[in-house]
Amino acid sequence: MTSKKSNLAPLRLHIPEPKFRPGDEADFSDISIPAIDAIARPDEASVPADIHSLAFGLVRVLDNDHQAKGSWNPNLDAGQLRLMLRNMMLTRAFDDRMFRAQRQGKTSFYMKSTGEEATSVATAMALASDDMCFPSYRQQGILLTRGYPIVRMMNQIYSNSQDHLKGRQLPIMYSAPEHSFFTISGNLATQYPQAVGWAMASASRGDTRISAVWCGEGSTAEGDFHSAMTFAAVYNAPVILQVVNNQWAISSFSGIAGGERTTFAARGLGYGIASLRVDGNDPLAVYAAMRWAADRARTNNGPTFIEYFTYRAEGHSTSDDPGAYRAAKEFEKWPLGDPVDRLKKHLILLGEWSEEQHQAQHEELADLVKKTQKEAEANGILGHGMHQPFETMFEDVFEEMPWHLKEQCDQMVAEQYRKFGPEWEPK
Amino acid sequence: MGSTKTMNMIEAINSALDIMLERDPDVVLMGEDIGYFGGVFRATAGLQAKHGKTRVFDTPISECGIIGAGVGMAAYGLRPVPEIQFADYIYPGLDQLVSEAARLRYRSAGDFICPMTVRSPFGGGIFGGQTHSQSPESLFTHVCGIKTVVPSNPHDAKGLLIAAIEDNDPVIFFEPKRIYNGPFSGYYDRPVEPWSKHAASDVPEGYYRIELGKAGIVREGEALTILTYGTMVHVVQTVVAELRVDAEIVDLRTLLPLDVDTIEESAKKTGRCLVVHEATRTSGFGAELAALVQERCFYHLEAPVERVTGFDTPYPHSLEWAYFPGPVRIAGAIEKIMKD
Ligand SMILES: Cc1ncc(C[n+]2csc(CCOP(=O)(O)OP(=O)(O)O)c2C)c(N)n1
Ligand SMILES: [Mg+2]
Repeated sequence: MTSKKSNLAPLRLHIPEPKFRPGDEADFSDISIPAIDAIARPDEASVPADIHSLAFGLVRVLDNDHQAKGSWNPNLDAGQLRLMLRNMMLTRAFDDRMFRAQRQGKTSFYMKSTGEEATSVATAMALASDDMCFPSYRQQGILLTRGYPIVRMMNQIYSNSQDHLKGRQLPIMYSAPEHSFFTISGNLATQYPQAVGWAMASASRGDTRISAVWCGEGSTAEGDFHSAMTFAAVYNAPVILQVVNNQWAISSFSGIAGGERTTFAARGLGYGIASLRVDGNDPLAVYAAMRWAADRARTNNGPTFIEYFTYRAEGHSTSDDPGAYRAAKEFEKWPLGDPVDRLKKHLILLGEWSEEQHQAQHEELADLVKKTQKEAEANGILGHGMHQPFETMFEDVFEEMPWHLKEQCDQMVAEQYRKFGPEWEPK
Repeated sequence: MGSTKTMNMIEAINSALDIMLERDPDVVLMGEDIGYFGGVFRATAGLQAKHGKTRVFDTPISECGIIGAGVGMAAYGLRPVPEIQFADYIYPGLDQLVSEAARLRYRSAGDFICPMTVRSPFGGGIFGGQTHSQSPESLFTHVCGIKTVVPSNPHDAKGLLIAAIEDNDPVIFFEPKRIYNGPFSGYYDRPVEPWSKHAASDVPEGYYRIELGKAGIVREGEALTILTYGTMVHVVQTVVAELRVDAEIVDLRTLLPLDVDTIEESAKKTGRCLVVHEATRTSGFGAELAALVQERCFYHLEAPVERVTGFDTPYPHSLEWAYFPGPVRIAGAIEKIMKD
């Protein structure tokens, strides 16, 4: 069936392969890290066509000697820097505790953001607290930064009697409208066009709030991503479209999402959207980029697309075993280091922090999380009876319950009596 | 056929894919994380190493791209077998399935066909919440031009998957993930029994087919007919044994095209019919089955056809076992039918 013309070489199908697999020694020396200010910070009102090169560079502030340098330096005061460090450390402490809770069988699932904390903590700090966030599942740092009660996050993770999502959602799929945090979907990239729509609505009403959206590099392959980019460009929407390029999408390296050919940031260029590529493990660079983008959006200069170049330090989720597909110790060799460690060293260099203070804060946050965990567990853990009333299962399908759901609800209640005996009480 | 081996569902599916890659150079496997890693449920483990990267490969996370590219590969003459990681994530690919794959033969009067088999884990009972638990089979049986298959054990899974891959029309092959590692009694608080204790785990190592469109009779009986498929086949068996009711249990295996002869014969014989599926009730496949039985067997029926299904809500996380159509719901329906 194949047609082979004798004078032509046969075609070949290209299948991208990561450089390292289990058993290999990871070596990232080929990753080029441009000097700080290789491209200086342009004016926020710049026309996208004039700043193309930013999509191929790397916005950086913290240098290898831990000093903050260059035109992107947001010049935060020591108090803000310490708060940023604390928020990232809190996120890490929370992740460690909840990961362990899943391993202890207290819930079904968990996802850490280790190594990527800057991409949610520093971004949230650069936004106004009422700017609307449309996160993926790895932006718990936004909630922790915005002061969302930790116990509420844990109640959700345990699907317990105090979970305000009524035990309906998989752990970590939070929803927090009062913290301008959209309900998380398990379906990848669906939040992308939604964030654009929210920004369009805000613009159409003459509001001053903007929106921001996050997805992983793997998710940029979804159609929703591209629809969102088109809409954002067409309507000059006040939205910040962000890609957390942590190099992996479960077992698939970034090349499977198109990363072999160009940067993810460069995807914005074809749409005519201002695009930045940022050192995602440099919290000050992340902050500065978000600040730049937010200022643009707020002054009607339109959308910005940002790639954070980072690394997923841990497995995809508690269901994953990264040892089966990637080289060990990749994170240790990651040339851009660890965001917590980098900010800590910067603060120490400034004389505004010390190893002792760091250790003390580490312990304080671990205690805080542990104490809060006890509080949450008093409301129940998954599968141990302290869940929401059974009838809540039928609520919120619609505003008003139609007859068929009422019937099914009655049936469900009757089934519980049959299962657990006449002593059973509908809670 | 030759020798047999004890296999769980995953191993049986892996074996079917392996055999088809070996037999037919046109077969290609693609999907998210299916290559080097071998899939999040390990269904394609080892197949890339054995058959090469251009025959078993990872795709970008785009279900639209996966299915659309599959249609194009099929147009070239290949036999693509894409995996959609969870049935809950098939929706971005729906246009390519419904408007394209399903209608290619019809709209081109046979100029172009789509011999593609889309595999996807489906169903709940694993605390997967609303995005890892759905049973969307009736969306596909409603579309004209897609065959829909749901195996309930390793032996059938392998034979049906081979037949699906060899079929010249698009097939959606839903794998009940709850029973990948062992049949499910419906009692979530009892230990999982491995497939090795079940007769259907005795799987021929070589090539064999189970024809699409042929149901299996899991248990012969006279008192009532129970039409079911997938995970629910096992839950129904548990309940029937507990109630000591002489039910005839029909495992549909293929929902479309449906083995209507087996259904009709059984329902006429017993005069009572219960339909059991995990999917939501309204406009579910059970409605189609109830209508068919009513149309064809009305004068033989001694009781109305009953349906046992999941409730019409998204699949809840923590209240999973109050949602799932487990033994209590099934027993209640059997008792009602037998009383009428
Ligand atoms: C539509 C859809 N397809 C597939 C999945 C399964 N899935 C969940 S996470 C994931 C990988 C996502 O990788 P990436 O976008 O890079 O985000 P990261 O996990 O690295 O943060 C996949 C394939 C899904 N949730 N939704
Ligand atoms: Mg990723």
